[in-house]
Amino acid sequence: MTKTADAVVIGGGIVGCATAYNLAKLGCKKVVLVEEKYLTSGATGRCGAGVRMQWGTEPNCILARDSIKMLENLEEELEYPGSIEFKQSGYLLLAYTEKMVEQFHMNIGLQHRLGIPSCWVTPEEVKEIVPHLNTQGLHGATYCPKDGHCNPFKTTDAYAQAAKRLGVEILTYTKVTDLPRNSDKIKGIETTAGIIETPLVIACAGAYTRQLARLVGVDLPIYPERHQILVTEPVEPLLGPMVMSFYHGTYCQQVPHGGFLMGLGDPHEVKDFNEDSTWQFLHETAAKITFMLPVLKEVRVVRQWSGLYDLTPDKTQILGAIPEVPGFFVAAGFSGHGFMMAPVVGKLMAEVMLGLEPQYPIEMYGVKRFAEGSLYVEPSVV
Amino acid sequence: MAGKEYAKEEEFTIICRCEDVILEEIHSFISRGITDMEQLKRLLRVGMGPCQGRTCSALLAGEIARTTGKYVGDIKFTTFRPLAAPIKLGILARGESHD
Ligand SMILES: Cc1cc2nc3c(=O)[nH]c(=O)nc-3n(C[C@H](O)[C@H](O)[C@H](O)COP(=O)(O)OP(=O)(O)OC[C@H]3O[C@@H](n4cnc5c(N)ncnc54)[C@H](O)[C@@H]3O)c2cc1C
Repeated sequence: MTKTADAVVIGGGIVGCATAYNLAKLGCKKVVLVEEKYLTSGATGRCGAGVRMQWGTEPNCILARDSIKMLENLEEELEYPGSIEFKQSGYLLLAYTEKMVEQFHMNIGLQHRLGIPSCWVTPEEVKEIVPHLNTQGLHGATYCPKDGHCNPFKTTDAYAQAAKRLGVEILTYTKVTDLPRNSDKIKGIETTAGIIETPLVIACAGAYTRQLARLVGVDLPIYPERHQILVTEPVEPLLGPMVMSFYHGTYCQQVPHGGFLMGLGDPHEVKDFNEDSTWQFLHETAAKITFMLPVLKEVRVVRQWSGLYDLTPDKTQILGAIPEVPGFFVAAGFSGHGFMMAPVVGKLMAEVMLGLEPQYPIEMYGVKRFAEGSLYVEPSVV
Repeated sequence: MAGKEYAKEEEFTIICRCEDVILEEIHSFISRGITDMEQLKRLLRVGMGPCQGRTCSALLAGEIARTTGKYVGDIKFTTFRPLAAPIKLGILARGESHD
């Protein structure tokens, strides 16, 4: 079976669904999205789904700031009958060393220049924001009340439903197996359900994007890395903002449903596709989080799972055209913060693919920065 | 079963006790074409509560089979994830050494 399309999106996570919606909205007639399993089966359905503007590099601050602005009106824009459960109750980033205090003040300077309403808070002020927090050893924190959390399943569903209404065809349980070319130019995709001829292909395949790019002879520096996460039973509201400590490598947030989501960045994690869950993770996370929030000792864990980060050497995403292969585009390498950037990324990618002037220049996110050595090393990552 | 009676029964039939999901909601999602247990779990929270689907998974699979005409044995269950039973964070924090 051979079909034709004006554009094909590979990957049914938040980035793929947002890109497909924006392509159709900008007038691209026949858009097909291809997903190997079901929508949100990748990192999107496994993530913490926190959204924050408090980053340490300009590229990340801009994408997060503008995405959060879009999330505020996303239900209306997408005419979603449900709720994406967007809650803006802030992010508190804890500083435990002098070096962190210094870095955070530098970050605040940058954030203020970009109009991000973050501020420095003393341990006493931290206690007012999160009365349950143990402030032992704490130097202070930065706080941004506009940061928050969304439901990743609903947000993706909102994009997918809106895309379908605009005529996008979504093929689930369909895997892309090859990317045929005509000399260098993209000619289409080969899938487990047949061939689709198209001049425009975008890979939004998370940690698997490197494999897809290899099919057209391009090597992207994107590495898979397991990140584990757990959720507790729902309890009464105890914690407003997301609490994040780069010192402990942890984050913890109570979602509107009442459960606490928490995770740990393990510096010893091997860069591969392993997605197993471990006892060690449960123990270490529980120890660190109950130190910070002793009130959680009595709360029960109901489930743990893991997902893959798609890491790049500077922990900044790769967005844009791949110059060697006309018609081939990439949006991946989100390094653990792609959910919160997807609203703007989906729009930018659709604009670039259709040859329109993007909202802002996206050259800085291009893959050639690695060859040129002009990296944006993000310091604020768990 | 007569349509009306059925609707009434739907309203009061709880499929997932932990997350309070009723049969009517399941039917509305199935009628939108969402017949995958993994998708229903993520969109409705069915099976995400403290019992982790031990009560509702079989009911849900039966309902999907009934409405789609598939054989119930062909309905794929969601991945079962640890822990086997809920455990307090305070106990997990103590780890192996104290037990
Ligand atoms: C534990 C954890 C916590 C996180 N917390 C946060 C957070 O708090 N905030 C935040 O913003 N981000 C967070 N992230 C990162 C976030 O999940 C990702 O950056 C984001 O979801 C990326 O979305 P995506 O659409 O690019 O990729 P994915 O959701 O991974 O989607 C890629 C899709 O492509 C499909 N695919 C792959 N290969 C093929 C193929 N050959 N053919 C067809 N389909 C294919 C996959 O099945 C998958 O569904 C977290 C990630 C993890 C793992």
